[in-house]
Amino acid sequence: MPVSNFEYYQLSPFILIGLGIIISVVIEMITKKSEQILPWLSILLFLAISIYSIVNINNHAILFGGMIEVGGKPAIFNFIFNIGAMLIVMSSIGYLKKYGTYYGEYYIIVQSSVLGMMIMAGSKDILMVFLGLELMSICFYVLAGFNRKKLSANESSLKYFLLGSFATGFIVYGIALIYGTAGNTSLLYITSNFASLSSNIIFVTGFVLFLIGFSFKIAAFPFHMWVPDVYQGSATTVTGLMSTTGKTAAFSVLIISIAATFTLNAPNVFKPYFSVIAALSMLFGSIVAISQNNLKRMLAYSSISHAGYMAIGLAAANTQSISGIIFYLAAYAFMNIGAFTVISIIEGEGDTRIDIDSFAGLHTKSPVLAAFMSLFMFALAGIPPLAGFFGKYYVFVGAIEGGLTWLAIVGVISSMISVYFYLRVVVYIYFRDSIEEFKPEISSFSLSAVIISGAFVLIFGILPDLLLNVINSVINL
Amino acid sequence: MEQNLLLTYLLFTPIIGSVAVLFFGKNQTKFIRWFGLFVSLIAFVISLIIYFGFDSSKPQFQFLHQVLWISSLNVSYNVGVDGISLLLVLLTTFLTPLTLLSTWNAIEKNVKMFTFSMLFLEAGMLGVFVSLDIFLFYIFWEVMLIPMYFIIGIWGGERRIYASIKFFIYTMVGSLLMLVAIIWLAVYASGITGKFTTNLLELYKVGPTIPHQIQGWMFGAFFLSFAIKVPLFPLHTWLPDAHVEAPTAGSVILAGVLLKMGTYGILRYCLPLFPQSAINFAPLISVLAIIGIIYGALVSMVQTDIKKLVAYSSVSHLGFVVLGTFAMTVEAVQGAVIQMVNHGLSTGALFLLVGIIYERTHRRDIAYYGGIAKLVPLYAVALMIASLSSVGLPGLNGFIGEFLILLGTFKSSVLNSWWYTVFAATGVIFAAVYLLWMYQRVVFGEVKNPELKEHLTDLNVREFVVLIPILIFIVWIGIYPSTFLGMTEESTKSILQHVSSFTFDILK
Repeated sequence: MPVSNFEYYQLSPFILIGLGIIISVVIEMITKKSEQILPWLSILLFLAISIYSIVNINNHAILFGGMIEVGGKPAIFNFIFNIGAMLIVMSSIGYLKKYGTYYGEYYIIVQSSVLGMMIMAGSKDILMVFLGLELMSICFYVLAGFNRKKLSANESSLKYFLLGSFATGFIVYGIALIYGTAGNTSLLYITSNFASLSSNIIFVTGFVLFLIGFSFKIAAFPFHMWVPDVYQGSATTVTGLMSTTGKTAAFSVLIISIAATFTLNAPNVFKPYFSVIAALSMLFGSIVAISQNNLKRMLAYSSISHAGYMAIGLAAANTQSISGIIFYLAAYAFMNIGAFTVISIIEGEGDTRIDIDSFAGLHTKSPVLAAFMSLFMFALAGIPPLAGFFGKYYVFVGAIEGGLTWLAIVGVISSMISVYFYLRVVVYIYFRDSIEEFKPEISSFSLSAVIISGAFVLIFGILPDLLLNVINSVINL
Repeated sequence: MEQNLLLTYLLFTPIIGSVAVLFFGKNQTKFIRWFGLFVSLIAFVISLIIYFGFDSSKPQFQFLHQVLWISSLNVSYNVGVDGISLLLVLLTTFLTPLTLLSTWNAIEKNVKMFTFSMLFLEAGMLGVFVSLDIFLFYIFWEVMLIPMYFIIGIWGGERRIYASIKFFIYTMVGSLLMLVAIIWLAVYASGITGKFTTNLLELYKVGPTIPHQIQGWMFGAFFLSFAIKVPLFPLHTWLPDAHVEAPTAGSVILAGVLLKMGTYGILRYCLPLFPQSAINFAPLISVLAIIGIIYGALVSMVQTDIKKLVAYSSVSHLGFVVLGTFAMTVEAVQGAVIQMVNHGLSTGALFLLVGIIYERTHRRDIAYYGGIAKLVPLYAVALMIASLSSVGLPGLNGFIGEFLILLGTFKSSVLNSWWYTVFAATGVIFAAVYLLWMYQRVVFGEVKNPELKEHLTDLNVREFVVLIPILIFIVWIGIYPSTFLGMTEESTKSILQHVSSFTFDILK
């Protein structure tokens, strides 16, 4: 099939980031100061692509003979990936010096992982999904162990790699079965023939294997084993990237792959699967998070529980709940990146000051950080009118419309539990006296990242229509 | 029309004020205090303008202002007041400046954040009372948790962290179930009217058509949330902790306004939305209310801490309000509404008075005091009026509310038994016992502690200014309650008519 120039034009975000990666590699080779140039390049690149994505949201097209989709839902996902990566890069600059990995390669790998995510979100062919997933995952394995001198980083990288490969195995096996029964790898073909294909037990088995692989990537119970250790062992900014954009990418694939059930009215055969996963993830994540003192570990469990809330939307699988998930993902990206950025500012050298004790009396040390950290905690806990609340609200509306009231009730029970550990952070920040005296080094970059995240959390909370209308306008494409 | 924007001005004045406070310097303490007072006084003036523009002969909501907020979910910023909500709005705007003024000595630490929290809290409380969209209501309901949580947690007593978390989680537990019920209701409404809606006035028509079995659950979800806030026995255990640990200002607002949000919610949401279930559950809830009245009174009697005594008396007094609401006669509900205001004034005054001596001596145990009438005569008089008002002495406000509630309960066809009245009336007697006994031990007799002579000074001008308006209203309501009853009469009747129009088959 001939490819027109226009298709290349529409592919420009992918080409742009690809070029960015190549240029970065060249800069890394020729100069010794790449670690000072590359952050700027990455920030500009990510900012450009995120603006491009939002502006071109209505230029919806499927390119290269049904391989990749641009505009529409992928554009929203691309926005989340790029703005998220931009914030992470901003908070990384100061952090990497402290962490002992002040190298330019870091930014190249972050860019590559974002390219992987963009391919995942845009893929219209099951093999493209795999391509994007591997690109993203391998970058994450590397990023997790980026500080090779550190034992915990090595552990987290290895653990992530082994378990991640296992999950990939599931996905490939699932793809094989799907291809074997459907005779086609095109997602368009699979979704439009879903109703007839889903009567074939082997097809459904393949599909479930595929979903299990991605359940691992979204960190849902019972495929969550890697999450706490990897989140704790990796650099804080890397954890921020994995837990938000990585999760968003995995969810984007889940949304594409079950699209048949909510756009074409095929029977929702995965409802029991997602309902159980959602309920267990929410409860498990919230309950275990209560006893965590290490903030990164606490946010890891909270991430499991948030995956559960979003999975409610997959179980209900109606347009309302799917747009709810997308909103939730955007909201989650900002509140979580914000929280991780604050942690990365407080963190001292050599894994110190990531316990909740270090946050005691923070409001006397830095009122601004204290206020924003509390904002993020309230948002994660789902207090209105912050973005996190609306994410939950839309998902619950979808669930109740889809007849899953019980799941919404499990969701609010889990929210009640989670309020406790989010509030605990606020208690330490405002109500306790400082335990350890230190002066947090707040670079203007990381502070801007915190402020931008906080602004989005507030804006999406007070004017959720801004984002929701955009999502609703493309949800059925 | 400009008049319709008044409620919006009222709501946004404290919000803008609180945001403005954030930009002031940390050390401009004096300026921030005056600014906070100024903003809350503006809000009070606006609420007075609304009061004078309000037509109490109409039962409908007035000063309506509606703007579409979230189009995809059909949620509007929709505000309006009827007599009942206007009365509570006035109570809020009246108490907030007085409370702010009362803290000028008590709050030394981080005045900026305190003023921010108080103004933000005022906005949240006003929002709860004026929302006519159930979703908007929920947002305000939750939002006001945060400033209250900080007020208890930062400026509270020794066990403040425990108390603030307990307060937050208790309220959250109830309100999250209410959230599910709200969504369910809106989804159900979309099946009937064809539109997903959270507009309260539309839901009034939809709610009663819910099948009885499910309506019971919905009523339960809403009621649980309100009952925790009231607090109704046996969900009251957060209240003594929160009250005792909170700073004086927190206690005054908590008792004065926050608890009323629960009883207001019952009246505005539980009754009209789920009338059949409300009638079905009325006897059960009334029994709980009466247990609360008696239990609260008995526990107050044995307290050694003055503040705890006043806190438990709230459980008792709000039992009356719940009982009156579920008696569902015009007298009882009118009494319940006026009792909400009464309790706000008298308990607010009591907390202020406890706070005033605590500031001087840092002691709250009754045994420490004694004979202070000789040392601080003005203070003793003020405490006398506040206590007697809380007891329900004829001529003061408490009597009006309790009398109307008891009268209405006696005549109630929903409860249909005079035993309720008999048991509830014992609460009035117990109230006399614990309050007067406390008064006697604190104020009369010989001065037991020589320390008192050194530390205790009488009311200063600022404290006088704080207390006088409250005492005026205590007497005003007691002598001429028509000013206030007239405001709420039509609104009360309209709610009860709405309830009985759907429950005719159950009643007869």
